[in-house]
Amino acid sequence: MALFATCLTDTLYPDTAKAVVRLLERLGCEVDFPLGQTCCGQMHYNTGYHDEAAPLARRYAEVFDGYDYVVAPSGSCVGMVREFHPGLCGTSPAVERTYELSEFIVDILGVTDVGAYFPHRVTYHPTCHSLRLLGVGDKPLRLLREVKGLQLVELPQAEQCCGFGGTFALKNAETSTAMLADKMRCVQDTGAQVLTAGDNSCLMHIGGGLSRLRTGVRSVHLAEILASTEEQPWVATP
Amino acid sequence: MGRNPVTWLGSPTFPRAAHTALGDTQLRTNLRKATTTIRAKRAEAVAELPDWERLRKAGQTIKDDVLAHLDTYLVRLEEAVTARGGVVHWARDAEEANRIVLDLVRAKGVDEVVKVKSMVTAEIGLNPYLEAAGVRPVETDLAELIVQLGNDRPSHILVPAIHRNRAEIREIFARGMSEVPSSDDPRELAEAARKHLRRKFLSAKVAISGANFAVAETGSIVVVESEGNGRMCLTLPETLITVMGIEKLVPTWRDLEVFLQLLPRSSTAERMNPYTSVWSGVTPGDGPDEFHLVLLDNGRTAALADEVGRQALRCIRCSACLNVCPVYERTGGQAYGSVYPGPIGAILTPQLVGDMGDEQAASLPYASSLCGACYEVCPVRIDIPEVLTHLRAQAVRARSKRNPEALAMAGAAWMFRDPQRYETAQRIGALARFFTGGDGRIKRLPWPGSKWTDSRDVPEVPRESFRAWWRRHRG
Repeated sequence: MALFATCLTDTLYPDTAKAVVRLLERLGCEVDFPLGQTCCGQMHYNTGYHDEAAPLARRYAEVFDGYDYVVAPSGSCVGMVREFHPGLCGTSPAVERTYELSEFIVDILGVTDVGAYFPHRVTYHPTCHSLRLLGVGDKPLRLLREVKGLQLVELPQAEQCCGFGGTFALKNAETSTAMLADKMRCVQDTGAQVLTAGDNSCLMHIGGGLSRLRTGVRSVHLAEILASTEEQPWVATP
Repeated sequence: MGRNPVTWLGSPTFPRAAHTALGDTQLRTNLRKATTTIRAKRAEAVAELPDWERLRKAGQTIKDDVLAHLDTYLVRLEEAVTARGGVVHWARDAEEANRIVLDLVRAKGVDEVVKVKSMVTAEIGLNPYLEAAGVRPVETDLAELIVQLGNDRPSHILVPAIHRNRAEIREIFARGMSEVPSSDDPRELAEAARKHLRRKFLSAKVAISGANFAVAETGSIVVVESEGNGRMCLTLPETLITVMGIEKLVPTWRDLEVFLQLLPRSSTAERMNPYTSVWSGVTPGDGPDEFHLVLLDNGRTAALADEVGRQALRCIRCSACLNVCPVYERTGGQAYGSVYPGPIGAILTPQLVGDMGDEQAASLPYASSLCGACYEVCPVRIDIPEVLTHLRAQAVRARSKRNPEALAMAGAAWMFRDPQRYETAQRIGALARFFTGGDGRIKRLPWPGSKWTDSRDVPEVPRESFRAWWRRHRG
């Protein structure tokens, strides 16, 4: 199988991609990372630059052709690939075999207990594209519930958008910030030490706000929690 | 009236209008309270029906059929209305529709008309048009009356005065009515409005209405409402003028059944709306003895020609999408600059305006984080996020390719098209670490990055990208 790291994770969150590799290999998968991959084109597509997104979609189909599965730690990018790549350049074997991480573990590997250990108080934000575009449902929560030592606390108004929305965060920065403020209030109300989600983009947004306010709440991608074990526990970067 | 009558004259682009709204704490409190309550109620009302998804699909199918055969159904409607003693008028745009209505009112020699709440007459700016010609239009829907007396603009499809609280409403009534309500108790306010309106109903000779639905096979027009003032307008005056968008059709009475279930649960979270009024032409000795139907295009045919965008014409104006929209909840409806606010406004207004060179119209499809909550609740399954990105592409095409955003996007696409270029860009990004504090977060970026760092930190670009790590360990 192939890892599609996504451009954001590859560039800004390499620890998440390393965690995916460690986790999937622990679960018995043979993971490859084709170096020809770049970006799914979502930023271009969602902002209205469809002509610019199309070559990126074609590149995706070529690079990931021939793998049994393609797995990405992002509901948003997988949503882009599965829902919109066919409209840009037709369907392809790569598109049909692309899965979001929690979907892949629960549906394809048939596992919910991945042998993880994460002794922290955690709350989960179901990102909009994971929730509505892909419909991953409660799969991430089922995985989190099996993590040893993890205390899962429910996030109030979890299904409300955090306000990221790609270029929306810049084009309508003030509205985005107002949405973020409410999301942060909900996160802080839970008393969680860690906020997790299946998308580094939303985590970058919420985590960036939590960091600015010096709340001490960390944002950690779901993959990093699931990869953490007693032997090799997750360590907070400064 | 502006270049186009669909958007309000002088409306700023969405981000600028939102700036004002976001600073209004009273507005945000009023909106949060109202939308949170209705959201929960709608979810309950919808959960009662085991076949809700099938109903939604039925609604979508019927409306798609109407749109595919609009010409046939419209002619059928015209024949049926005419056969029952009504008169049908066709209006290409706002100007034509307004003139037709004014001519009809003038022919009756009156200087005051009563109105049932109507989105479409607000769309074409009928009230200011009539006022300019010396005819006073009196809104009889309670929320619409509040907007009119407050010299305000509507901010919601169903509850145009949703942005106002009780205390503000009492103030508005005190200024605009002869009898001042003694407190801001809802009963008192409603009673004051009732007395005020009763006088208007009893003296009016002409009424103007919109239409929720029109049944093509019988030429019947349907208005659904909660207060009964609509029914007063539809039955008491001698002349009734209905202005209706051409997409409001359903083919048969059977089809109506679907929408009379979808609409109230989606809009007011009720199983059934309190008043459903239906009239077919004129009936001697019962209700108005003259009935005029103005069929309005105003950009609808152009929208119909757009394969993706046309689904917006399925809209039954329930406002469910507004009530779940996180953007609407923070900015309110007036930021959208037209009578159609929220997610549906963001896709309908630019299509009716029909000019993506219009800066305000072109800003509307970007007034969304694409969270998809609107699509989830839409009773006729309008894929609003799909139409938003489709219209964004039109907005991009209408702009010069040399603006900073287009250049940045083209540059990014050029970089992403080639893994070597992409990797070089990553290395340059990592070099930028030397210019930052080195504590793992960046607090200030130059414009346009400042739009992000005004409220959020940015993680520093790590020393080594994942692909560099992979190459070192596995490559």
